[in-house]
Amino acid sequence: MRYEAPQSIEAAIDLLATVDGAYVLAGGTDLLVKLRAEMLEPDLVVDIKRIAGMKDITPEDGGWRIGAAVSGAEMGEHAALAADWPGVVEAVGLIGSTQVQGRATLAGNLCNASPAADSVPAMVAANASVRIVGPNGTRDVPVVEVPAGPGKTTLAPGEFIASVFLPAKGAGASDAYLRFIPRTEMDIAVVGCGVSLALDGAGKVTSARVALGAVGPKVMLVDPAAEAILGRTLDDSALDDLAEACSAAASPIDDKRGTVDFRRHVAGVLARRVALIAATRAKGEPA
Amino acid sequence: MALDSSDKSRTFKVVGTRPLRPDGIDKVTGRARFGADIVAPGMLTGRVLRSPHAHARIVKIDTAKARALPGVKAVVTRADFGTVPDAVADILDNCMAGDKALYDGHAVAAVAASSAAVARKALRLIEVEYEVLPHVSDVDAAMQPGAPVLHAGRQDETVPEGYSQNVMSRVEFGHGDIDKGLAEADRVVERTYRTGATHQGYIEPHACLATMGPDGQADLWGCTQGHYMVRNTCAAILGMEQGQLRVTASEIGGGFGGKTTVFLEPVALMLSKLAGRPVKMVMTRSEVLRATGPTSSSSIDIKLGMTRDGRITAGYAQLRYQGGAYPGSPVDMGSMSAFAPYDLENVKTVGFDVVTNRPKAAAYRAPGAPMAAFAVESAVDELAKGFGLDPLEVRLKNAAREGTLASYGPTFPAIGLEATLEAAKAHPHWGAPLGENQGRGVACGFWFNFGGDTCVTLNITPDGTVTVSEGNPDIGGSRASMTMMAAEELGIPYDKVRTIIADTGSLGQNEVTDGSRVTFAVGLATIEAARNAKREMCKRAAMVWGIDEEAVEWVDGAARPAGPNAGKHDPMTLKEIAAIASNTGGPIAGHYEVNAEGAGVSFGTHMVDVEVDPDTGSTKILRYTVFQDAGKAVHPAYVEGQFQGGAVQGIGWALNEEYIYGEDGILQNAGFLDYRIPVASDLPMIDTVILEIANPGHPYGVRGVGETPIVPPLAAIANAVSAAAGVRMTDLPMSPPRVLAAIQGQKGA
Repeated sequence: MRYEAPQSIEAAIDLLATVDGAYVLAGGTDLLVKLRAEMLEPDLVVDIKRIAGMKDITPEDGGWRIGAAVSGAEMGEHAALAADWPGVVEAVGLIGSTQVQGRATLAGNLCNASPAADSVPAMVAANASVRIVGPNGTRDVPVVEVPAGPGKTTLAPGEFIASVFLPAKGAGASDAYLRFIPRTEMDIAVVGCGVSLALDGAGKVTSARVALGAVGPKVMLVDPAAEAILGRTLDDSALDDLAEACSAAASPIDDKRGTVDFRRHVAGVLARRVALIAATRAKGEPA
Repeated sequence: MALDSSDKSRTFKVVGTRPLRPDGIDKVTGRARFGADIVAPGMLTGRVLRSPHAHARIVKIDTAKARALPGVKAVVTRADFGTVPDAVADILDNCMAGDKALYDGHAVAAVAASSAAVARKALRLIEVEYEVLPHVSDVDAAMQPGAPVLHAGRQDETVPEGYSQNVMSRVEFGHGDIDKGLAEADRVVERTYRTGATHQGYIEPHACLATMGPDGQADLWGCTQGHYMVRNTCAAILGMEQGQLRVTASEIGGGFGGKTTVFLEPVALMLSKLAGRPVKMVMTRSEVLRATGPTSSSSIDIKLGMTRDGRITAGYAQLRYQGGAYPGSPVDMGSMSAFAPYDLENVKTVGFDVVTNRPKAAAYRAPGAPMAAFAVESAVDELAKGFGLDPLEVRLKNAAREGTLASYGPTFPAIGLEATLEAAKAHPHWGAPLGENQGRGVACGFWFNFGGDTCVTLNITPDGTVTVSEGNPDIGGSRASMTMMAAEELGIPYDKVRTIIADTGSLGQNEVTDGSRVTFAVGLATIEAARNAKREMCKRAAMVWGIDEEAVEWVDGAARPAGPNAGKHDPMTLKEIAAIASNTGGPIAGHYEVNAEGAGVSFGTHMVDVEVDPDTGSTKILRYTVFQDAGKAVHPAYVEGQFQGGAVQGIGWALNEEYIYGEDGILQNAGFLDYRIPVASDLPMIDTVILEIANPGHPYGVRGVGETPIVPPLAAIANAVSAAAGVRMTDLPMSPPRVLAAIQGQKGA
């Protein structure tokens, strides 16, 4: 196995073009585990951490551009980013242990393409996009369009994600993420839910995005759930409608981590709880 | 010299204190050598090819391509092993399949190669032709007459007609008349309880290094709970004399009973024999879960009768345990222990040992008892609550005590069950308020404890320090405990004694580190070895003083004249006697060999508070207190550690841990992501209360403490969750989907 750590995006693209089935290494918290478990024996691993900008968190158009190699711990320690997008930051912060947080990245979590990835529903709810680079140039793509199914992405051969963009947080807006796991940490989401919303002065929802993880082959944006609370205050009736829309949208499978009935039900339970946290934050109150 | 074996009023100087453990620094700095840390010049990497089928006839194994691969030095299949004695036939078959692969992960071949990469490639080149057979994973399904049969013609005559041949044997215990007792009850509860199969979850995977020379002499290093067992078993399987095989135990990263048998060791020896080079084998985590020894899953019917004032009139249990692919589930011990905490006029247990297409069960901490206690203690709780009675008072009313005829036969001597119940009643935990969706549960548990063959040699060095050699791998701080007991007995400081685990060539036979036996049995032998050394040192002092050796006594680390008639002589310390040993007859040692009897039984009572999220079925452990009789706590911190560790493993078993098999009979969760042992943030600090009701069978009153703490938690937590959720939980694990479904079912009912 060959290991390369190029200094530029162009050099990385060139390297990736030379070998079929080359792997991109950012934090490595998925890739190294698969190597150790002998699930993969790649001929080439391209480490993108030394490319300029990959470790930077930069203000852009009122939002934030986050380099592909920025770790969860670095995001958690970035006060301004955490103030704007607390849900995305708490979601990435749930990945792995404290040690893993020193390496795990948003881009890697997205490219691993697990339906249960914690940061992805939060990014989808936040309407985040990614900048993809490759032999055919650069393109910006909404996060929701990156996963293609379990373990698969829409990236073309030779492409990789250079950065994630979180848009400007609107007035009276905030976000939140919760997952259900049987333990309290070091676990994988049985259901994950991200909500981003904005409230007017009367507490009515003026915009909302609701995303669910681990209840389908890929993370889903649930428009009916957002519509269920749009223009309403988050009273019990609105929250019931939100929960019902999420349960209805969920299309989970029975597996070792949970049953269909359980996941459908808990998708609704989580959505209620997440929406309330996001609303509390949007009002500027401690959640 | 005068000995103080019967002195109950003795005050201890070292025993009962909390010194640092001698293996602590090495373990926290990484200097300690575990199984996978052992290396030898020229060693090869051994790897195992495992069955991808739950049940299949092995039609043909073609190893030619693997043998031809450069770097491959040996390939082993069952054909390389000869006929072995009956006593080890199943063990060999489990280490290397014969005619049939009996479970997903069953070893079918192994290679030794110059590197792990070559070994991996070689495994892919071995061609195995399987004839896939129908399989059965569930214990109740395996008992049905039409179930796929694992072993034809091996059923014991104790099994009545009408059962599948997978039911290997039946046991029965008890006394009195169940029907009469049930007729006297004001209420009878009849329920079926089920528990999933769990794994011990030790952090260190199995690992060993074997080397066998052309002269037939062999050495083996590795992590095990009993290197004498490894020696004897491997020698029998390989047709060697036991004296030709020396086994050295490495440090061990957990065992909990799972390392009381062999898996890799005979294969590594055979590979080394054929390759003529040392061979090292290390399991992956997936191999550990698929192909070592989890505990039984169980299905248990209970009939329990109680009067409205809380007297149990009759207890009946039928226990069905599957122990994996070979006979030997711990259903016998489950059947013996089920009602042990109670003084019952009418009690009967019937146990069925059942084989299924799963890995052969190994011991797991009080093997067989936690499931039985889960069923019985759940039923006791349900009846007590149904009558509005205090569950601790009900247990006290029926508690086994000195003189009770135990359900499994013997009459109990002094035991500590009532003491643990009284301590629980008096503890602030019992009266603490509970909030919404919270519940409290209590349960009792029992374990037999064992003794067995034990050897200890205690050497006095020329500079007056002491080395203790024992033959039991230290899995719970036993080197500290042996050091403390030797120091106590010799009257010298803790840091003047070092205890080591000797190899199989250095001591006589030692039983495995199991049955909570080490602090009791090895402790007893250590104390007796020290007494023998003291006798010798008194003799040397007597020689120097020119008096009779009976006139010398050992007090506070020195030989002294026993009384005024012995003459006036300054005391001779151990150090002074050691310094002149060469001139007074030679080196001084004490040793002791025994088949230790008198291991006192141990009881515990657990109390736990939980909160159940009614919307997700998720359970949070809020507070947990363990009350247990330790006889005498030699090192209280390690006793507390055993209490806490047992409770935590019980929490995992109760809430999330289980072997999940698909319809195809393949294990779905062979890793620590989906085999969920509790993580630190899942747990509160586990509080402990140590009771000390002296065991008359040990010079210091010690009872084993390691196993009893895993017996009550399943029931205690189930009782708490049932109270919090408002519905009786009868199946483990109480995973969130299962609890949520029960809550919703209750609402719908």
